[in-house]
Amino acid sequence: MKKKQLLILGGGTSGNIFSHRFPKELNMNEWDITVVDKSPIHYYQPGFLFIPFGIYKPEDVVKNKSDLLHPKVNRIFSEIDRILPNENIVRLIDGIQLRYDYLIIGTGVNIAPDEVDGMKGELWGREVLDFYTYDGAVALQMAMKNFRGGNLVIHVTEMPIKCPVAPLEFAFLSDDYFKRIGIRADTHIHYVTPLSGAFTKEEASSVFGNLLNEKNIHIHTEFNIAAVDNKSKEIISWDNRKIPFDLLVTVPTNMGSEMIKRSGIGDELNLIPTNPNTLKANHFDNIFVGGDASDIPTSKAGSVIHFQSEVIIRNLLALINDRPMQAEYHGHSNCFIETGNQKAILIDFDYQNDPTIGKFPIPSIGPLSLLKETRLNHLGKMAFKWIYWSRIIRGKDIPFTS
Amino acid sequence: MNKQMTEVKFDEEGFLINHTDWTEELAKTIADSEEIYDLSQRHFEVIYIIRDEYTLNGEAPTLRRLTKVHGFPTKELYQLFPGGPGKKAAKIAGVKKPHGCI
Repeated sequence: MKKKQLLILGGGTSGNIFSHRFPKELNMNEWDITVVDKSPIHYYQPGFLFIPFGIYKPEDVVKNKSDLLHPKVNRIFSEIDRILPNENIVRLIDGIQLRYDYLIIGTGVNIAPDEVDGMKGELWGREVLDFYTYDGAVALQMAMKNFRGGNLVIHVTEMPIKCPVAPLEFAFLSDDYFKRIGIRADTHIHYVTPLSGAFTKEEASSVFGNLLNEKNIHIHTEFNIAAVDNKSKEIISWDNRKIPFDLLVTVPTNMGSEMIKRSGIGDELNLIPTNPNTLKANHFDNIFVGGDASDIPTSKAGSVIHFQSEVIIRNLLALINDRPMQAEYHGHSNCFIETGNQKAILIDFDYQNDPTIGKFPIPSIGPLSLLKETRLNHLGKMAFKWIYWSRIIRGKDIPFTS
Repeated sequence: MNKQMTEVKFDEEGFLINHTDWTEELAKTIADSEEIYDLSQRHFEVIYIIRDEYTLNGEAPTLRRLTKVHGFPTKELYQLFPGGPGKKAAKIAGVKKPHGCI
């Protein structure tokens, strides 16, 4: 008998979780599970934030995918040309075709600096940098080291972005870093956002806004960037506001994989229209979408796919067994926000509930404070790297799951 | 018959609560309060696209969607709705405020 095929596109957080969970859920005599990813290297993306400040070394965030994926799962390291969803086929770049019965797409989002005029100009990689890629974070460490004061501009191009609090954390950590090396007085830190406040959610926005104030970080809101001027070293908005920089740390537009575009199944950001509760692709009955690759209105963050994975597994098993899909995702997301000075804030929210001030019960560790700066939250954030490598991407429970 | 302005409800930021209350006349009144005094045919092209999308998807289109999918140049949108086309155009189109994603 020909084995049935479960194909998983993307070997990131999502692909790893499923590679560990499905061999326990499916009869492996009847099923083949295959993960396809273009790169054999797995990056701990939350760690990119710490590299520019020398808190993490580049090697702290890198592992081989082959060592992480479940041994019973096939892996193919190749660029994907496209999905042919009406034929249940994924075509690789070299023409090889993979048939599937069920497909899970977890190909994430990438930065697209080409979307803004001049962003990838002559200063890119030297004075205009990102920290959403490994190369960007490493180059930024050098740029921070060489920075001698002036205008540091931290900038968000457009929403949605991965880990929407990361640029705020970068601002807080910069304040800390410049104080430590003694050039804070010579440095203006600017936080530039297209949003109308520091964050999208009201109470959190005001907490973060106050923190920016306290740390003397200038916030520029509703700034929609039109261009980066490499000659005058300014960012310019569509309504012609100009902010000069000596070092520009930007979060470029985040877009889904080019492969999604080639497949013709994405929206204008190459994100796949997905049911926010069942997590099945809207237009296809045997495709699920996990993590950043979908268009659902939640954060793009590793904790999200952790919370989603159970729903996708249960609904996919329901479809396989001709039962109705009953598991629902309600938008649960949480994250630690590093605020500098060895403190952090924890936020927790879903589709209905905004982050608020309170306590988050964690068995064996005790309650962590929500939306409040504490030393314990900072330790939680630091412990997260260990939790990520040893539990999250192995599809195990984490202490934060309530 | 058009509803009188006094019967129409707005939220605290001035967005229409019920998008079916919207009329072209009302659009002109809202635009006035946003200091856009002359709604041209081009304004209404954008406004009707926003209303269509809202009816279809339950949400106002993002700026990116207006440019990439519907072909309005960003620069022109800023000229038509100075200071923030995404939000202002949605307000004048009588639909709910587009929520930035989280």
